[in-house]
Amino acid sequence: MKKYTVLGKQDTRSGFGAGLLELGRTNPNVVGLCADLTGSLKMDAFQKEFPERFFQVGIAEANMIGLAAGMTIGGKIPFTGTFANFSTGRVYDQIRQSVAYSNKNVKICASHAGLTLGEDGATHQILEDLGLMKMLPNFTVINPCDYNQTKAATLAIADHVGPVYLRFGRPKVPIFIPEDQKFEIGKALLLNEGNDVSIFATGHLVWQAIVAGEILATQGINAEIINIHTIKPIDNEAVINSVRKTGCAVSAEEHQINGGLGDSIAQVLARNCPAPLEYIGVNDSFGESGVPEQLMEKYGLSASHIVEAVKKVLARKAKSPKSGY
Amino acid sequence: MEIEELKKIASQTRRDIVRMVHAVQSGHPGGSLGCTEFFVALYHKILRYKTDFTMDGIGEDLFFLSNGHISPVWYSVLARAGFFEVKELATFRKIDSRLQGHPATAEHIEGVRVASGSLGQGLSVAVGAAQAKKLNQDSHLVYVLMGDGEQQEGQIWEAAMYAAHHKVDNLIATIDLNGQQIDGSTEKVMSLQNLAAKWKAFGWNVLEMNGNDIEEVIKTLILAKSLTGREQPIVIMMKTEMGFGVDFMMGSHHWHGIAPNDEQLAQALAQLPETLGDY
Repeated sequence: MKKYTVLGKQDTRSGFGAGLLELGRTNPNVVGLCADLTGSLKMDAFQKEFPERFFQVGIAEANMIGLAAGMTIGGKIPFTGTFANFSTGRVYDQIRQSVAYSNKNVKICASHAGLTLGEDGATHQILEDLGLMKMLPNFTVINPCDYNQTKAATLAIADHVGPVYLRFGRPKVPIFIPEDQKFEIGKALLLNEGNDVSIFATGHLVWQAIVAGEILATQGINAEIINIHTIKPIDNEAVINSVRKTGCAVSAEEHQINGGLGDSIAQVLARNCPAPLEYIGVNDSFGESGVPEQLMEKYGLSASHIVEAVKKVLARKAKSPKSGY
Repeated sequence: MEIEELKKIASQTRRDIVRMVHAVQSGHPGGSLGCTEFFVALYHKILRYKTDFTMDGIGEDLFFLSNGHISPVWYSVLARAGFFEVKELATFRKIDSRLQGHPATAEHIEGVRVASGSLGQGLSVAVGAAQAKKLNQDSHLVYVLMGDGEQQEGQIWEAAMYAAHHKVDNLIATIDLNGQQIDGSTEKVMSLQNLAAKWKAFGWNVLEMNGNDIEEVIKTLILAKSLTGREQPIVIMMKTEMGFGVDFMMGSHHWHGIAPNDEQLAQALAQLPETLGDY
């Protein structure tokens, strides 16, 4: 197992804030819009340095999406910021018609996604956003895993022409992706080579997958760990090549199992190389108030759950007539 | 262009509308007929536009249609103003057409900059486009048309509050007050109460006009232009008659979204002189 050094702990939303500030300095067309959550989204540095390019929208997310679509007409690159819940489900039809169908160059940037929002509870802990957004034609959907990757992703989506959903979170989590790691939209990142099982992880679950990989290594199980930061378009080649080698897979995400990364992996496998797949995700339920670590444990999203899922999928592979792909 | 010329274009546009809707036995003739003078005046007297269409629209006025279901009148006026060939009107609502039932950008039809049809979204887009113009130091104006039933959508009021707060004064909105929506009169379905007072209270400069009197439409739009740049967005309450110009389509919500049959088409066309040649 490749050794990953924790370079510190930071929230992924701060990676977004740092990326946006850098974009403000390098790309005059980048504008920011925020629905009364400037501090929470870490957009305050951008607001302070570029007040004429920052638009306070108030608590009116539907309007924010429409404004952003309009600003693209005139060549602006709008980055909208609010919580993931209010960035997607609340404004789905506005996104569908004014952004996706109209193919506008809007970047919908969403913080506080998933259970790790914590104490605010299920009203705010959206676990359906990746599914909602990946269903929309024209959309690119990205869920980075740490501060450095979120910053790199923020810079990358400004150069990509087309609507993007960028999802990040609130808690301080380990930084382990090198600062100079290139971010390529749609290109999975191989974190550890292995032959026994493929673990496809996204967002906060990537670090949990690394921890799980270390535990598995001590038990003689050699896991291939792949970071899928781009949920759509999914990196078909990376998934197929890995599973052809390992013969089984586990998906891991802070999202509903229904409609998330795991479903995308299952589709790639079903079409190309059917193999046993186990899902780590929230199983058709809402979250609740609590400390992020408690919630991840209770809802089955921690490293120990990934270890269990790997053992289960290895047992299925051993019984499968197609084992040894 | 003289008023008589504009009236001729309006008559031809009304023929286009009923013929387009009749041909596919679907679409929305009522609101389209009611807004004909507005569209003809806008495109022939008011808007400073390039027919060499670019999505960015830098250096020209922009128009957005929020109540996208009245696409027939827009398509006819765009075609006859030179955005695309008039014969393309025959493809309205048919498979592989650029003239979708509700306006869309996916097929790259010249003149359309955002999809509309799901109501309540166009004002937000227009406000965003107006702010982009300011950032670009582009002194051209942004126009948007909404329906009156559409005023029941909450997003309209989010955008109304925002535009006044941010002093979006390069925007002229118009509301088609025909008093009708699908289930009946707006009065019966969901009363708008004193709509002009609401917009005033939201901080907008409110004008009124009779939308079926083309001279008054032109005069009021010119007045609206003269009021831009004063730190206040402008909205025009435009009274129209749904189905205007075709006697049996006027005076009720019945013709909001249904097509005339062969006999009704003939009856309608008999009231509308062919002035520029049918498509």
